[in-house]
Amino acid sequence: MTAPARPAPRIDSPIADRYLALVADSDEVGAIELVGELHAQGVPAERIILDLIGATQRRVGELWAANEWSVAREHAATAVSERALATVAAHTTTRAPKGRITLACVDGEWHGMPARMLAELLRLDGWRVDFLGASIPGRHLITHLHQTGPDAVALSCMIPTRLPRAHAAITACRATGVPVIAGGRGFGPGGRYAARLGAHAWAGSGEAAVARLATDWPPRNVIGLPAVGTDGHLGDEEYTHLVHGRPNLIATAMERLVAAYPAAHEYSTDQNESTVEDIGHIVDFLAAALYVGEQEIFTDFIVWTSGVLASRGVPPVALRTGLRLIHDQLTDFPAAVAMLDAAMVRLP
Amino acid sequence: MTVVAPASALLQAAFEAAGEGMLLCDTAGHTVLLANAAARRLVPGALPGEPVTGPFPEPGADSFRCEFEGRSLSGTRRDLDGEHYAWFIRDETEQARHIAHSAFLAEVGWRLSTSLHVGRVMRTVVELAVQYLADTAMVVLPPHRHRSSWTRLLPERAVEEGTLPERLLDGVPGLVESLGGFPPIPSRWLDPAQAPGWLLPAELGPVGAMLVTPLPGNAEPAGALILARHGATAVFGEEDEALARVFAARAGMAIAAATLYHEQSETADILKADLLPPDLPVIDGFELAGSHHLHIGGDFYDVFGPAGDSTDTVIALGDVCGTGPEAAVLTGKVRQTLGALRLVRAEPEAMLRVLNDVLLRSGPRSRFVTMVVGSVRRVEHGRVRLELATGGHPSPLVLRTDGTVEEVPIQGALIGVMPLTDIRPATVELGPGELCLLYSDGLTEARGGPAGRGHFGEDRLHRALADCAGMPATAVVERLSQVVSDWLHGGQSDDIAMLAVRAPARTALSLRGGGVPEQSPFLIAARRGDRRSRARS
Repeated sequence: MTAPARPAPRIDSPIADRYLALVADSDEVGAIELVGELHAQGVPAERIILDLIGATQRRVGELWAANEWSVAREHAATAVSERALATVAAHTTTRAPKGRITLACVDGEWHGMPARMLAELLRLDGWRVDFLGASIPGRHLITHLHQTGPDAVALSCMIPTRLPRAHAAITACRATGVPVIAGGRGFGPGGRYAARLGAHAWAGSGEAAVARLATDWPPRNVIGLPAVGTDGHLGDEEYTHLVHGRPNLIATAMERLVAAYPAAHEYSTDQNESTVEDIGHIVDFLAAALYVGEQEIFTDFIVWTSGVLASRGVPPVALRTGLRLIHDQLTDFPAAVAMLDAAMVRLP
Repeated sequence: MTVVAPASALLQAAFEAAGEGMLLCDTAGHTVLLANAAARRLVPGALPGEPVTGPFPEPGADSFRCEFEGRSLSGTRRDLDGEHYAWFIRDETEQARHIAHSAFLAEVGWRLSTSLHVGRVMRTVVELAVQYLADTAMVVLPPHRHRSSWTRLLPERAVEEGTLPERLLDGVPGLVESLGGFPPIPSRWLDPAQAPGWLLPAELGPVGAMLVTPLPGNAEPAGALILARHGATAVFGEEDEALARVFAARAGMAIAAATLYHEQSETADILKADLLPPDLPVIDGFELAGSHHLHIGGDFYDVFGPAGDSTDTVIALGDVCGTGPEAAVLTGKVRQTLGALRLVRAEPEAMLRVLNDVLLRSGPRSRFVTMVVGSVRRVEHGRVRLELATGGHPSPLVLRTDGTVEEVPIQGALIGVMPLTDIRPATVELGPGELCLLYSDGLTEARGGPAGRGHFGEDRLHRALADCAGMPATAVVERLSQVVSDWLHGGQSDDIAMLAVRAPARTALSLRGGGVPEQSPFLIAARRGDRRSRARS
């Protein structure tokens, strides 16, 4: 192969738009061809991953939130991008002198694409990476650690409702003496919740994770067990009761829905199930916020949801009604009630 | 100077004989008036007439605890009358050493118990040894195929790992003996100057003492621990050697346990490789996707690509009764039989009949299987044709481009229970973008949902699949996994096996290279399938 005569092109918006159009139409062949072209023109693999595939994934997420794209189209686009990413990986080979890293998405976390991209970035940076996949049960992860003895574990969590399970995984990794780097939006702004859950480090993006791992990492002598007094238990009895009471909370909320929100009388089976799901989400985010002890987890979710619902033409009173239906059942939950009140203030 | 009234000889004798150090001092001058034998031993300078110094704090403090001339001392001060006070001194050296040893052994205990990975355990061993016992530590494992693995920690460096040829082991005094299971050789008999450069690099300077300790394992040595102290005059005392042996006993057991785990899991992995779902072949003309995280035994699926003169691809997905190793063995048998049958170009129906005979003849134990077998072939115009037959298994579902979900009309009884009479196979054709899903009842029987106890159910599966119109096969399987995982809400499920076959959607070539994409049928279908676009609470 000869060196490109011209400097490698930058990934500008016409290229990005072309790629978005390809994944929008689920055109796997076209997307792979475009990625191959860019590679042949000398665009570094990191730039293709970050500026083309990663940036497009963000736009796809925005398009879904704005109700421009359906869930199906979002999934289809992601599947195409996964194949394109695999092509980038196939084009590049690296030695692995830096050490070995196990990478996994937290149990229940199905957004595998960010972790998949990180896996390729780390590979390009010289790590040997075992990417276990999306939604990895804690036990699978720990078995893998015992069998392969990696230098570090990278855990991805995009949605805060998975934080209790992320916490269990981090604690188990720590107990085997393997340092943990946490990544993904789920760990909060600036990775605030990562430290609370016991992670040794946090990175906000794939690029940041590569940089963090390239400097003074993994730490030597990771002492695994938590010190006395900080025994790693988060959450309190409100969290426990909320999680146990989830089925009843949802059932009661649904029984009272029509009285509180007459429009629900006309709901189809699908709409009813969607509503059940939404009330479930409210309870789950509330539980996560209680577990970590962060109002922000719940408020952010409510603000984001009201945006998503607004773009779908759902009146704000619908969400308020849902919150109220949960609120009114939580008589002995001062912390949860305070969180609900604080979130409702932020609704339009 | 205050004169002490002469005490009776008897009282003086008792004072002198006390086990605790006692010092009688005068308040005005802070000088020692009397010191008993224990006090003179612990604080040799505390003689009558001398000032109260040494381990004792400034006047005013009434207790102390400190290291003094190699001992751990503690003392309490008591005022006797206006002009005299006394110090009572205890020797806590032994106690302090016991506490330090217990703390060390407690840390050794839990840190060595955390990992079952040999490399990681070896790393922990050298880290602990350098923290508590020596300046340099190295673990060497018994040779395997004439090479020994080692892990070393030198001062100011990161942990290093490697292997070395067996013949080099001879160069280290006492190492071959330790790896051979002989008792440890006392440090004073080992000359560190003889240690080869690969063990202790010359730039570390002179090594005063070296200790080679066997790491006892499971009835055979797990390895050897080499410790070194730098500086020409460094030594390992008897107590150090004893502590090193206690440490080595624990380290050896941890390495032996990790080695055992490694051997077991290696054997299990080899056996499992044949029982887990295969890596799906890439076959021209259609997409294949399967679910992950299956347990051994229980559900299974398999794909046999075109082989020999057979151009069809054979797919199978099933559920053997029971779980665990026995179920796994049956799964293996079923998959092997299918693999052989496909070579003789058997139709799915014939495969099920043969399989039924095989299971009926295989002994008295009642073991049965439910399964769907299909042969897949590309036909003209990008379409894909499947011949499907079932043995008592949930019928596959077909997802059409418009989001319609159809159940494939096939019938058949359990495999392995009684001679088969009635099998009704069916043929299904998939147009571009259409998909056929084989699944196990773990999917529809997943318990969860808002009430926590409801079955996921067929209706919900149909609706979830309808929402997937237009997605590639991998995305469909992932989407369904996600939906059912959300349904389970962290609860445990039986195995859930899914295998999807899809005829690729046609994409207009004109779209490549840019331009505004046209409205493809996929997009219309996808928009329609969006549940979130409807009003909700």
